[in-house]
Amino acid sequence: MENRERKIVIPSQILGDLISQQAGRGTFVENGKIISEKLGILNMKSNYVNVVPLKGRYDAVVGDFVIGIVQEALSSGWLVDINAPYPALLHVNEVPWDIEFGDTEKYLNHGDSIMAKVLQVDESKKLQITLNDRNLYKIKGGHIIDVEPSKVPRIIGKKASMIGLIKKYTRCRIFVGQNGRIWIDGDMEGIEKVLQAVYKIENEAVSFGLTNRIEELLKKDAKDVR
Amino acid sequence: MESEVKLIDDQGKRLDGRKVDELRDIKIEAGVLHRADGSCYLEWGGNKVLVAVYGPREAVPRHTQNPLKAIVNAKYNMAAFSVEERKRPGPDRRSREISKVISEALEKVILIEQFPRASIDVAIEVLDAEAGTRVAGLTAAGVALADAGIPMKDIPVGCAAGKIAGQVVMDLGKEEDNQGEADLPIAISPRTDEILLLQMDGHLTLEEFEKAFDYAVKGCHIVSEIQKKAILDKYESVLEVE
Repeated sequence: MENRERKIVIPSQILGDLISQQAGRGTFVENGKIISEKLGILNMKSNYVNVVPLKGRYDAVVGDFVIGIVQEALSSGWLVDINAPYPALLHVNEVPWDIEFGDTEKYLNHGDSIMAKVLQVDESKKLQITLNDRNLYKIKGGHIIDVEPSKVPRIIGKKASMIGLIKKYTRCRIFVGQNGRIWIDGDMEGIEKVLQAVYKIENEAVSFGLTNRIEELLKKDAKDVR
Repeated sequence: MESEVKLIDDQGKRLDGRKVDELRDIKIEAGVLHRADGSCYLEWGGNKVLVAVYGPREAVPRHTQNPLKAIVNAKYNMAAFSVEERKRPGPDRRSREISKVISEALEKVILIEQFPRASIDVAIEVLDAEAGTRVAGLTAAGVALADAGIPMKDIPVGCAAGKIAGQVVMDLGKEEDNQGEADLPIAISPRTDEILLLQMDGHLTLEEFEKAFDYAVKGCHIVSEIQKKAILDKYESVLEVE
């Protein structure tokens, strides 16, 4: 953590000028001034002024692992909702199965959930996703919950420390999609605990020493630790 | 035309005891609805307005999409019980006009180029009306948009001015609006003072217009500070958890 001070900024707030700093994500420049464009937390990284959003839709980035819900089966692919402003296209060439033209419905249908990777984001924000990567498949069983996409980095933690912690104490299988969808599978008790922990993280995402507090929460009445 | 009530008394006070350049009480709360992406509840004198923002999401029907930028759909609606005589529910000429001018005002501040083919939907519900609902709605919409995390150049803000009993005043109340001579609602981008909306009803001379305009801009800046405080109040609490 570079600076202990955290500051909430709102749109139109002047954050600095171009003389000593450079405009990063979530900012724009007008008359040599760097101005915040959204509600978020001010973040200074090596001369760049960034605004990390507090809320908002998932902004797809190539290479992100996401959880999608199939909206529609087309003749040569599927339209998948990945929580972005636009549905993502999953083409038949991007799945590990050999599908004949028009047979897409046999493999994935409306309502099915998949783990996928963002393959391409073009200029007009057309999205393409793929299932051709390790550990990507159709989800069978388990639960999916929604969280604020901007809080996902905190849920995963530095070097996956936070999510590792939750897995260790709850013995659940968890997959965190960058788009704010989390898949959990395990026994009821474990799932209950994961939910508690995740919502606590989401509510207290901007505070310090969160990992320790989550560990305390999980340690309480933890019977067996893997 | 002689009005039955004196809109401004001998001490220069108005019906509700305000001075000529005084606003009604304003209360703003951000993030009041859980299922909307962003929301705001605003009370401005006797006005009560609830705004919900959804999006950016894919614009439907498809032919309304713009491949270069997002479209902004503001929908202004007055509840049937918002006025003394029951209003026939549903869109009418007046609400369609207000929806259109508010949409266009919001389009100017939202960074719509970031979301091609998308739409940003703003639902403005007037629960209780007491003159100046369009600026109240727009002001609340500005807070709700910021609450939704939508990128904007500025938080838009509106305020009205007008002329009653021969004098130019800020922020008309109900009787003042009904019996006054002119009403001038405006909306600006408070950082740059750019005009986003300007309408006028009634007659003003050029000097009166300029004075009314100055009052309205002054009012906008006061309201803008309340808006910003409302957003910060809502989100600064997340920093204090420790």
